[in-house]
Amino acid sequence: MMTPAPPVFASVANVIAVFVLLAEFGMLRAAMLRAQIRLYAFQSLLLSVLAAVAAYERHVPELYALAVLSFALKVVIVPTVVQRLLRNTNTEIAGSGALGVASETLLALGVTAFGFFSVGALHIQSRILPSAALSLSVAVVLVSFVLMIVRRDVVSQAIGFFSLENGVSLASLVVASSLPLILEVAFLFDLLVAVVVFGVLMRVHHGRSRSLSTTQLTKLRG
Amino acid sequence: MTPILILLISLPFAAALACLVLPVRASQALTVVVGVGCFGLCVALIPTVGHRDVSALKYLRADALSVVFLLATAFLYAVTAMYTIGYLRSEEDAADFPRYSRRLYVGLNLFAWSMLCAPLVNGLALLWVAVEVTTVVSALLVVIDDTDRAAEAAWKYVLIASAGLGLALLGTIFMYYAGAQVIGQSYDLAFAPLLQAAPHLPHTAVRLAFILAVLGFGTKVGFFPVHTWLPDAHSEAPTPVSAMLSGSLLAVSFYAVLRFYQIAVATVGPRFPQTVLLVFGVASLCLAALYLLDQADVKRMLAYSSIEHMGILAIGVSFGVPVASVGVLLHVLAHAAAKGNAFMGAGVFVQKFRTKELGGMRSGLSVLPWSAPAFLLAVLALTAMPPFGIFRSEFYIVAGGLSGGHNASAVILVVLVTLAFLGLAWNATRMVYAPGPVTTERGEPSAWMVVPPVIGLVALLVLGVHPPAHLLDLLNRGAAELAGRL
Repeated sequence: MMTPAPPVFASVANVIAVFVLLAEFGMLRAAMLRAQIRLYAFQSLLLSVLAAVAAYERHVPELYALAVLSFALKVVIVPTVVQRLLRNTNTEIAGSGALGVASETLLALGVTAFGFFSVGALHIQSRILPSAALSLSVAVVLVSFVLMIVRRDVVSQAIGFFSLENGVSLASLVVASSLPLILEVAFLFDLLVAVVVFGVLMRVHHGRSRSLSTTQLTKLRG
Repeated sequence: MTPILILLISLPFAAALACLVLPVRASQALTVVVGVGCFGLCVALIPTVGHRDVSALKYLRADALSVVFLLATAFLYAVTAMYTIGYLRSEEDAADFPRYSRRLYVGLNLFAWSMLCAPLVNGLALLWVAVEVTTVVSALLVVIDDTDRAAEAAWKYVLIASAGLGLALLGTIFMYYAGAQVIGQSYDLAFAPLLQAAPHLPHTAVRLAFILAVLGFGTKVGFFPVHTWLPDAHSEAPTPVSAMLSGSLLAVSFYAVLRFYQIAVATVGPRFPQTVLLVFGVASLCLAALYLLDQADVKRMLAYSSIEHMGILAIGVSFGVPVASVGVLLHVLAHAAAKGNAFMGAGVFVQKFRTKELGGMRSGLSVLPWSAPAFLLAVLALTAMPPFGIFRSEFYIVAGGLSGGHNASAVILVVLVTLAFLGLAWNATRMVYAPGPVTTERGEPSAWMVVPPVIGLVALLVLGVHPPAHLLDLLNRGAAELAGRL
């Protein structure tokens, strides 16, 4: 049977998961392209740390490998690739929110509460991490949707998708930490391909409209 | 049979690599040869897979269900490879033609490769990976024309589809969790063990996984309300890409939904998954039928028709009756042929009249003596006119619905399909017959754009009039797999 998580470890894991969610909230209002990318890197770093902590505490050596891979890819490679691809663009993405910062935060709080409590009601138990982390991961996914919806610039929308993937990674640490490493590698490789394609399309968009804003993307209707 | 599976996933990839360095003519010939070859390989799988599953290298597996989707994809791969030769004729004088054609051929082969991989991989995790690869490759193909509209369509497509697939990944993770409770830790989400363990999986996790998968993969299928990228991407992509997007990409994503459906039915019983699919199906069909009545753009019209057909597939599965399931699988094949044909015909119109506006295309018959009637026949086939394949498949689906006691759903299906017929037939007939100023001279742009639709029509006739016995065995076995009777 599953053993309940020891209190110190459970608290550490929950605190890290809460910070992952807070980083997502930070992205809602980041004003600079670089700030947005750094927040994503920070969030990914937290996930790698969480994977390493869980590996140590629960003696799952595969999670060390996952932590290293995820660090290399999401903290180093992805932010570098995105910055490289966008190095010639103006870095201002402030004011791209469709709502005010206060309304965005309230909306995000609303979906967080919904995600947190509805997943909590499912009583899904984990062998590795406390189940509150699962509720938090679903909240991260929902807030990333808010981010993609309310921010009208390509960088925030793309980062929204990447951080959605971080939310899913957090969920996967909780309920699927024993997923074979080869599949984790396939997921990460897939993310890398997606990042490159997102980057290329961001460049195409910037090249054509001379801005990162998506407000002019209204030609296709009906 | 093992070599066939390996060839199917390696040939298109090798062709894509070769197209990076080969001159245009050689790329064209190679793509046609590989496309036709892949279709031949898929056909060769039919007799075996009609009786037993085939697997290779641990991670590859083909059963009747997957071969149906492989056939649809490979058929479109072959015919669009031929069509693309004609499609590029009009671009040959452009300054960046070598670069454009190289990108298009590399992309087409990679796109076909990713779509052939999806039904061949053994397991939900790899299936997700393959579907995500189809998204990113096709997004690059949508933007290849490098116009403002294409850039907009590609961005919306990649963002919405990837966000949807994020949900599908969450669904996959929950399915893993459910499986781990019975199979034990560290398994690779392969289909057979998961299906075997399905009756003992925890219900809540499987329900959650199924809903997330339907919504997530449904984004790529084009289910309402997550269909919004679809008309944009289909209308702005180059025509050969539109044909593959519509005929096979949507179907491959639907295949992913079906895999989750199989497990969900075995775990929680048919009622819940069927209700979910019925709701999505009816909503999609309803939206598409209404939009089809008032369309101004020929490619958007065909895109909405794809949403309509995906709705029909979902409703057909929701009936849960063997004959309806056979109809669904036949529909996948017939829709691929008919929609490929319709897009290829529309592409000829667009090149000839230099517009995508329906209002700008008149007197088609006097300008395009071959393509205009072929287009009209393709649209009639799409609207389920006999003797074409879609008539047979929709007949099976409706008959299945009525025999299974789903009278209301079957009636709604027939009414909405009729509504869609009105929209499609009205517009297509006007394109071909309505008199109008003829601003362009009579004649087909290229024979390469005429032959593929003729092949498609022959396929539709075969499916409609007399489907081969081996194929029917395959469809029956696929339907049995879907119902968990194997």
